[in-house]
Amino acid sequence: MASRSLIRNFCIIAHIDHGKSTLADRLLESAGAVSQRDMREQVLDTMDLERERGITIKAQAVRLDYEASDRRSYVLNLIDTPGHVDFSYEVSRSLAACEGAVLLVDANQGVQAQTVANAYLAVEAGLEIIPVVNKIDLPSAEPERAAEELARVVGGDPADTIFISAKTGEGVDELTERIVDVVPPPAGDEDLPLSALIFDSYYDLYRGVVCYVRVMEGSISVGERVMFMATGERRDVAEIGVLTPDSVPVGTLVAGEVGYLITGAKEIDRVRVGDTVTSAHRPTVVPLRGYTDPRPMVFAGIFPTDGDEYPRLREALEKLQLNDASLQIAPEFSQALGFGFRCGFLGLLHMEIVRERLEREYDLDLVTTSPSVAYRVTLPGDEPVEVRSPADFPAAGREMVVEEPWIKALVLVPPEHLGAVMEILTSRRGELGPLNYLGTERVELTCRLPLAEVVFDFYDRLKSKTRGFASLDYEPDGYQPSDLVKVDLLLNGSAVDAFSAVVHRPQAYAYGREMVTRLKDLIPRQLFDVPIQAAIGSRVISRETIRAKRKDVLAKCYGGDVTRKKKLLARQKEGKRRMKMVGSVEVPSEAFVAALRVRD
Amino acid sequence: MYLHIPFCEEVCPYCDFAVVAGRDQLASRYGEALVAEIRAATAWGPLDAVNFGGGTPSRMPAGLLERILQELSSRFGIRKGAEVSLEANPEDWTLQKAESLVAAGFNRVSLGAQSFDAEVLSYLGRRHTPAEIVGAVTAARRAGFDSVNLDLIMGSPPESASSWSETLRRALETNPDHLSTYALTVEPGTVLWKNVRAGACSPDPDRQAECWEEADRECARTGLVRYEVSNAARPGHHCRYNLSVWGQGEYLGFGNGAHSFRDGRRWENLRGLERYMDTVEAGRSPNRRFELIEGWAAETERVLLGIRRRAGVRSGRAGEALWKSPRGRELRRAGVIGLHGDRLVVERPLLTDEVSRAILALPQQESAGLGKVSGLGG
Repeated sequence: MASRSLIRNFCIIAHIDHGKSTLADRLLESAGAVSQRDMREQVLDTMDLERERGITIKAQAVRLDYEASDRRSYVLNLIDTPGHVDFSYEVSRSLAACEGAVLLVDANQGVQAQTVANAYLAVEAGLEIIPVVNKIDLPSAEPERAAEELARVVGGDPADTIFISAKTGEGVDELTERIVDVVPPPAGDEDLPLSALIFDSYYDLYRGVVCYVRVMEGSISVGERVMFMATGERRDVAEIGVLTPDSVPVGTLVAGEVGYLITGAKEIDRVRVGDTVTSAHRPTVVPLRGYTDPRPMVFAGIFPTDGDEYPRLREALEKLQLNDASLQIAPEFSQALGFGFRCGFLGLLHMEIVRERLEREYDLDLVTTSPSVAYRVTLPGDEPVEVRSPADFPAAGREMVVEEPWIKALVLVPPEHLGAVMEILTSRRGELGPLNYLGTERVELTCRLPLAEVVFDFYDRLKSKTRGFASLDYEPDGYQPSDLVKVDLLLNGSAVDAFSAVVHRPQAYAYGREMVTRLKDLIPRQLFDVPIQAAIGSRVISRETIRAKRKDVLAKCYGGDVTRKKKLLARQKEGKRRMKMVGSVEVPSEAFVAALRVRD
Repeated sequence: MYLHIPFCEEVCPYCDFAVVAGRDQLASRYGEALVAEIRAATAWGPLDAVNFGGGTPSRMPAGLLERILQELSSRFGIRKGAEVSLEANPEDWTLQKAESLVAAGFNRVSLGAQSFDAEVLSYLGRRHTPAEIVGAVTAARRAGFDSVNLDLIMGSPPESASSWSETLRRALETNPDHLSTYALTVEPGTVLWKNVRAGACSPDPDRQAECWEEADRECARTGLVRYEVSNAARPGHHCRYNLSVWGQGEYLGFGNGAHSFRDGRRWENLRGLERYMDTVEAGRSPNRRFELIEGWAAETERVLLGIRRRAGVRSGRAGEALWKSPRGRELRRAGVIGLHGDRLVVERPLLTDEVSRAILALPQQESAGLGKVSGLGG
């Protein structure tokens, strides 16, 4: 057990690809935590998907033993933070476990919106901030400009910035010394009743739920009976330990320390991020602040392309849920797509990750419907109902009050693209807030807008209109009433539930027109004419017709062609298997996705 | 019987056959290789139909073609009244050449007319003029060919509706015994395909459908009966070699890239010209990629090939399975397929491939009672 004065708990805040994982690797190396032989690039990212996409999905913690220049041996607990806008709650919990934060910025790309948002969270949490500019070895690096921007974000003097190259190791020693110098040792009293913050958890097939904790007060020992305050779950401590990064069991963790906790609990939703662990016999009175229930923001239907795969999809989703308390699933039936699930996600990236894992790790071929948000619908004389799928949205013409979720967004953009960004935001019903210039190269823009406007191709449009230079972060900002209607799309006279969408009334006509045009291009010609209509209730607002196919025959089929043409036809037939029959119309699976994709 | 002659002056931008340009000096060596391959073949015959295709068989010296024909005759025998056909390009088709080929035993010629519109001919990379087509037909007639066919390509991007009408009119004016009308197809790997990928216009299938319908009408009006998706003929002048392929009949192919089908097996020859010649000259077989066609595969293939004919195909197990399948019901409802007695007929020939895919998508059936293919099918 280390003396509390020698403990430093810190995290690294960085945008995707700004080098957080590489820096973590260097720190681990310099502390001798990982031998070169075991060193896989970027130790902290354990999931393959994370490695591939260069992003960190789940936070983890690792303990480094570091002998500083004062000859004393320090314990540095590096707490990894998730690197994306969808996981701001998880980020805030990781920050709550630290006393300091390394704010890491790419010398080439400068400050990004997410870095700013997370830096503000860290400042609010009272953390000591160490500004660091990375990748100074790159030829195009502009370290001074990045340092200037950093100083403007967090206040302070650009001269305090540390310049490093996590890749070559340059400046990393100086950074480690700075961490020891300026990050305060944790406070806390070992004699108080236990309160420990769960800042991350995952499911292990053999050990059950493993949670990462920061002990705030008191101590926790093996065999002790503990209680999870939010869920009331009571459990005996089976194992506690620290990560170096291999798990090393210890007998006790005391106030100020960081480690893992295993109780044998099997259900991850009983052991929630942000919850307080306390002693069952001598509980603390007040749980730690900041806990909220996991609340999905974005919903989409996920269906197997081949209906026979439904049981495998269910099994796969249930497995993912073991590890992901924020993923919600409920069975859903669509006339167009058959049996599937309505899934709730923290955000779009979360959705994308789940989708990709299902396809890659479980080899499923999926159709995902357009993402939507949870509306609050109140019919006269009724309680408000949460509507998570356009299919459940009441038909037009009924008297009702509809509220939709809003967000507070923060966008960072170079001044030359500011106009484009403001145009996008206003076209998305955004209420623009004040501008803040971070140096001459970048403007910080805040804006309130409906979440629904962001889940529908917003990122792609933002990126394409600013040539990739804009970055975005957002947080929920309550519900407010809106004039919303459901637009249905009809193929050959019958509504296709998967294409229904809830739209702001003034945009309904343009939306209908756009969808009808897109579907006309996406749906191949059939043996008969197929009308496509967009309608609000029974009122048709747009219409196109896919003309019947006239010619589909190979010109020649002679002796030399038979084998080849048969193969060609067989391949085309395979393509047909990816079609969904909607009534009597064949619709390619891709159409469900492509119909809702940005077109620029 | 198919003989492949790969030589061309230039390779047309839409062509994906095993052809070479500017290698005519190899003709006599290639002719000897063909003779050697014919001599090494197992006994068969006598032959009902012999077809020299290409490439451009008419580029070969008449004497060489005659020598190959004689070799076929002595190896297999050629039945009296058999169809002996070759493909020819109008620009190298002279009366003299035509006469010597008739003397050698040829009785049918298929002229690569393609179009009577100079702009379309140039787009297709053809070097002849519309007037040369007329001249070539006249020469063939005068030389004494029993059957003259014109090949036309329809629906190429520069071709307007009136241009196609004019092509049809002038083609029919030459009074051909047989007319093939092929929709221009973008085959992978061709120059046309590369151009289309780079943004050039691709043929419009609707436009081609209109061309086809017009051709169907005009042929019927002038006494040519369409007997297959792309082929029409005066009674008695249909192409026997091709009909045999669609009837799942057997055939042997000689030359580089040629295909054969016999005893339920299909195979193809080495495609590369040099490799083909080297292999045959070394006394080895150029046959490759043997494929056994039996059971359900043979049955579906019978229907796939047969439905290209206007007369359709004996329904049989695959036809019945199609008829009863959900997709079959849709095709019936849309008037694409019909049943005439026990024959399955594609009533909308332009949608034949919809039917073909539906047949290939049928669940495989027990092979009991479905033997190897032998002899002429239904």
